[in-house]
Amino acid sequence: MQLAFYITSAIAVIATVMVITNHNLIHALLYLVVSFLAVAVVFYLLGAPFVAALEVIIYAGAIVVLIIFVIMMLNLKEEAVAQERQWLSRGIITGPALLSLVLLAELIYIIVGAQVAPSDAQIVDSKAVGMSLYGPYVIGVELSGILLMAGIVGAYHLGRQKKKIVHRFLEEEAS
Amino acid sequence: MDQVPTEAGLILAGVLFTLGLISVLIRRNIIFMLISVEIMLNAAGLAFVVAGAKWSQADGQVMFIFILTMAAAEVSVGLALILQIYHQLKTLDSDAANKMKG
Repeated sequence: MQLAFYITSAIAVIATVMVITNHNLIHALLYLVVSFLAVAVVFYLLGAPFVAALEVIIYAGAIVVLIIFVIMMLNLKEEAVAQERQWLSRGIITGPALLSLVLLAELIYIIVGAQVAPSDAQIVDSKAVGMSLYGPYVIGVELSGILLMAGIVGAYHLGRQKKKIVHRFLEEEAS
Repeated sequence: MDQVPTEAGLILAGVLFTLGLISVLIRRNIIFMLISVEIMLNAAGLAFVVAGAKWSQADGQVMFIFILTMAAAEVSVGLALILQIYHQLKTLDSDAANKMKG
């Protein structure tokens, strides 16, 4: 089980590195799906099968498909890849990457140095999650509903195209 | 049956979060920046689930569901913004959107 965890972690990290170094948007998204599926396997190994299913359905399913739809609507040409390659030069990468890796090294040092008692992990099934979600966390569920409603209204408002004014005098006035 | 060590799970979450952070910092394409934010949110949720699995409690998974909801709302609004920016500026360069002209 530990071996499976380490293999899956390596797949997740490698797929994420491929996402952040890829020049082609669609290829990066396919690697992103691989990364999300690997994280879902990690969830399953940690004894959280319900969250693993949610990860596959919502992250690898809905969100990535939404991004792919938007990329199809944008109708990017071949030169987008070349432009991305030009933007992602080595000099731009090194500074932020070095600083972030120093932060990561500190984080790993803190986590490894902490004395953590061995966990007695067992499977937390969807019934326990549901009882907790609609018991002590019910206010969070309601706030999530409000957030999703705001997301729908905001996406509709922002995504709406301006109505074209057909009359030429009105068009001059509007512009 | 030997269990997955908690430290290894937290380190995996930290590595994924750092990769997303690096990608946000080095990219100029707005869609890539949005994808990187998704990676970072996913890593944060992974940390919650690892911590919840250590104590065999459901709270970590509940927090992951809330993060999932927030990520879904965020990506829908973000993609609508990207569509508007692309229609107005005809580019995905985030530096082109630094002038607030209404």
